Amino acid sequence: MNVFYTDVLVIGGGLAGLRMAVAAKRRGHDTVILSLVPPKRSHSKAAQGGMQASLGNVVKGQGDNEDVHFEDTVRGSDWGADQDVVRMFVNTAPKAVRELAAWGVPWSRVRKGDRQVVINGQKVTITERHEAHGLVAQRDFGGTKKWRTCFVADATGHAMLQAVGDQVIAASIPVLERTEALALIHDGGRCHGAVVRDLVTGELSAYVAKATALATGGAGRLYRVTTNAVICEGIGMAIALETGIATLGNMEAVQFHPTPIFPAGILLTEGCRGDGGLLLDADQHRFMPDYEPEKKELASRDVVSRRMEEHIRKGKGVKSRFGEHLWLDIRLLGEAHIRHNLREVWDICHYFVGLDPVKDLIPVRPAQHYTMGGVRTNHTGESPTLKGLFAAGETACWDMHGFNRLGGNSVAETVVAGMIVGEYIADFCDRAENDVAIPIGVVREFVRREQAGLDAIATGAGGEDASALKARMQEIMSRNVGIFRTGKDLEQAVDELQTLLVKSRRIGLRSGAPGANPELVTAYRTKKMLKLALCVAHGALMRTESRGAHYREDHPARNDAKWLSRTLASWSGDATLPTLRYEALDVTKMELPPGWRGYGAKDYTDHPDTAARQAEVETTKAKIDDRFARQRALMPYEHLLPESLRGRNERIDERFPAPAISPSDALPESEFSWESE
Amino acid sequence: MTEARVIVVSSPRATAAPVQRGQTLRIHVLRHNPADAASIPHLQTFEVEQSDGMTLFMALGEIREKQDPSLQFDFVCRAGICGSCAMVVNGRPTLACRTLTRDVGPEITLAPLPFFELIGDLSVDTGKWMRSLSERLEAWCHVEEEKLDLGRIEAPMDPDLADRIFELDRCIECGCCVAACGTARMRKDFVGAIGINKIARFRLDPRDTRSDADFYELIGDDDGIFGCMSLLGCEDVCPKNLPLQTQIAFIRRKMVREGMS
Repeated sequence: MNVFYTDVLVIGGGLAGLRMAVAAKRRGHDTVILSLVPPKRSHSKAAQGGMQASLGNVVKGQGDNEDVHFEDTVRGSDWGADQDVVRMFVNTAPKAVRELAAWGVPWSRVRKGDRQVVINGQKVTITERHEAHGLVAQRDFGGTKKWRTCFVADATGHAMLQAVGDQVIAASIPVLERTEALALIHDGGRCHGAVVRDLVTGELSAYVAKATALATGGAGRLYRVTTNAVICEGIGMAIALETGIATLGNMEAVQFHPTPIFPAGILLTEGCRGDGGLLLDADQHRFMPDYEPEKKELASRDVVSRRMEEHIRKGKGVKSRFGEHLWLDIRLLGEAHIRHNLREVWDICHYFVGLDPVKDLIPVRPAQHYTMGGVRTNHTGESPTLKGLFAAGETACWDMHGFNRLGGNSVAETVVAGMIVGEYIADFCDRAENDVAIPIGVVREFVRREQAGLDAIATGAGGEDASALKARMQEIMSRNVGIFRTGKDLEQAVDELQTLLVKSRRIGLRSGAPGANPELVTAYRTKKMLKLALCVAHGALMRTESRGAHYREDHPARNDAKWLSRTLASWSGDATLPTLRYEALDVTKMELPPGWRGYGAKDYTDHPDTAARQAEVETTKAKIDDRFARQRALMPYEHLLPESLRGRNERIDERFPAPAISPSDALPESEFSWESE
Repeated sequence: MTEARVIVVSSPRATAAPVQRGQTLRIHVLRHNPADAASIPHLQTFEVEQSDGMTLFMALGEIREKQDPSLQFDFVCRAGICGSCAMVVNGRPTLACRTLTRDVGPEITLAPLPFFELIGDLSVDTGKWMRSLSERLEAWCHVEEEKLDLGRIEAPMDPDLADRIFELDRCIECGCCVAACGTARMRKDFVGAIGINKIARFRLDPRDTRSDADFYELIGDDDGIFGCMSLLGCEDVCPKNLPLQTQIAFIRRKMVREGMS
C-alpha cells in the first residue's frame, strides 16, 4: 500500500482548488493537488461572461461599491445566503480581480470617449471617462443594479484558469492529473486525507494530510440536460456525505440557466443578454417585458428561466423535432461586437448548430447550470462537524448564494474563496495541535474498504448496468426535479431514486479491462451520484415553499415564517434517504432583512422578527452617514476575514489619500503602439 | 507555399455530401491498451446510426454506453473550449467534440494524437507534456509581487494591447499543433508552436518583467525557435485559429536580433 504525506491535500484542480493551493504553499505548507483532468481543462474554464467585482470603472458602473454588490447578491439569493459570507465576498472580489490583473489576465479594458451600446433594445451612446481609460472594464449582467461584471471577451474563466494555473506551476505545486479521491479518511471527527485512485493504472493509494480541501465543482451531471462538463458529477460532495459526519447544505437549490443552446445544452453566456440581446418567442415577440417590466431579460436567472418555461407552457414555444425552444436574438449587437466580445458564442453557434448569430436567431432553452448547495462549511471554509475538512467554490456551501446565485458571482467566488479559505487552511496547518497523528492501521483500513468495494463491483456477478441506472437517474431529475416542482412529482422521484440506489448495489461489469477501466468508473460514481440525487429530490420534497431557484407549484410563495433556514443533509451507512435537519437564519442580525427582490413574485410570508429588524436597520441608517461606519453598526464582519485580506478598495470615485498610480499619468499612449520595424 | 504547408494530407471533410439522418456511420478506431500486456494495436469498426446534430462526442459516448464499455477517450467540456478531446480524425488532428459526424462520415477513422504518451485507445497524456513545457519555458507572468497592493486601483493597460494579449492567450493546450508538427517528429524536445506562442504572449505582456535576453535563454536554440522548419502544419490545424505563423516569424526575427547583439 502506498501512503503519501503532505501538509495540504487539495482535491480538485479548478480555480478554487488552484487558488487555495497557491495560498497554502506561499505560507510554507507542502501542498498536493489531485485532479481528474489536467487542471487547465477544468470546468472553471466554462465561465464565459465574467466575474463580478464592484470596481465601478465604466460609467454605467459609477456609484457601484461593496454595499450595492452585497444587496444584489442577497436579493439574488432570495435571502437564503449567509450575509456575513456575502460581505466577506464582496469586499474581497475587487482584490481578486486586481490580483489576477497582476498575474497576467488580459481583462478587457475601458476605452475613453463615446461608444455605442444596446440597452433595452435601443442603441445608446455612452461616454467613458478619461480617468477610467485602460482600467478593467465591466459589462451588465442579470440581477445587478450596476454594470459590475469584469470580463475577458467571453472567455473569462479560460483566461483566469490560465493565469492561476500558471502560478501553480510557478510555485512548483505538484498536480496529480487523472487521479480521483474515492473516500475521505477520517477518525474521531477529524479528516486525515483521502483514498485516491489513479485513473490510468487503476491503483489505489492513500494521501494523508493535515488539511484536506475539496474543490471538485458542482453536480450538474445529476441531470440529463446540463451546461456542465462531463466531469461535474459531484463526487467531491458525495465523499464528504459518505463520511456520515460532514453535511451538505441546500442541495435542493439548483440553478437553471436561461440560455443554453438547444438541444445540445452548451452554455451561451448571460453576457449575450447583458450586452443587449433579447428573448423572442414563436411569433418573434419580445415576451420578457410582459412578465418582468422592470428588469426584463436581466432579472435573476431563476426568474428568467421560470418565465421562459411558463411562456412555452402557454404555447408560445418554437416547435422543433427535438421539442420546444425559444429564440435568443443578438443580431442587434452587430457583427463587430459579436466577433469581438462574444466570439465563443459565435464559435458554438457555428460549430454545433451551423448558424451565424450575426444573421440568425439562436435556439435556446433553460438547462441545469449550477449547484448552489454543497459541503456545509463555516466562514473559514471548514466543515463545522468534520475537523480538518475544508471546501471552496461550487462544491461548498459557506453559503454566499442561498437559493439562487447571480451570474458572474460563481467564478468570482472560486478565486475569492480560494484566497480566503487558503489563508485559513494555512492558519490551521500552522498550529502544532493539527499535525498529522493518525495510526497507519486506520489508513490501511480505509484503503482496504475501498479496494474491497471496487473488487465487489468488478468480480461480483451483479446484473445491473451502471450506464442504464445513471441515464434513468438523469431522466428522473430532469423531469421531476427541474424548474417547476410539485409534491407529487417529487415523491415519485424520491421513490424511484431509492429503487435505483438499491439496484446500484448490484452493478456488474461487462468488461474486465485492466488499467483505467471506464466502465468501473461509471459504476462507482453512479452509486455516489444517486445519493446526491436523493439529497436534492428529498430536500426539494420537504421544503414546502418557493425560494430562489427552488419553485414549488403547490407552494408558490416564499415563506420566511417557516422556511428561513438552510437544509442540512447527512447520510448514514446503508440508508436509502438522507437525514435532513434545518439550520435557522437569524433575521435579528441581518444587514438586509428579507423583503421583495425587485423582480419576480411579490407574495411572501414575513418572518416574525423581520418588521422589528427592518425598523432597527432604518433607524441606524438614518443616524449614520458614512457608509463604512453604517455598515459596521449594522453587521460587523471584517474580523471574519483573514488579516491579509482586510481593508477598503480604492475606486476612481473613492480615491485613497495618496494614489500610488494616477491612471492618466501612467499611460503615455506612445508606449503601447505596435512594435514597428 | 501551400504545398510546403501540407503535412496532413486528408481533410476531415472527407465527403462533399453531408451524411443523412438514419444513415449508418462506420467508425474505425485505432485501439490499444498499454496496461494490458496482451493488447495489440488494431483498428476496430463500430457502426452507429447518424442523428441530427451528432458530434463525435455523442457517437463515441453511444459506442461506450451500448457497444464497448472499455473504449477509452477524453471529453470534458464537450463545447470546444477545454482541449481534452483532440484526436486524429480522418488523418487530421482536431477537436472531436465539435466535429459533426455528418461532415466527416460516413466512413470515419479515429486515431490518438501522435507524439504524446498513449494512455489507451484515443486517450493521450497531453497534460504531462504541457506541464513540463511550461516549466521549461517558465511560462507564467513573472510579476513583481512585492509591489502589489490589492486595495489600490489596478495599473492601466492600453485596451488594444489587452486584446492582443488575449488573442495569444486563447490557446487551449489541445496539442493539435504539436501533433501536426514535422519538427516535433524529428526533435523530441522541440517546444512546438504552442511553446513559441506562449513566449510571444508573455513577451507582449508589460506585466512580465523579462527581457528578450531572458527569452533567448529559453528558446534561442534548435529545440526552440530555430528548430522550426516553417512547415506550418500547426497553423493549418489550430482549432482556435491562433496566428501561429505570424508569431513564429516574429519571434524568430526578435531572437535572431537578440542572438546577434
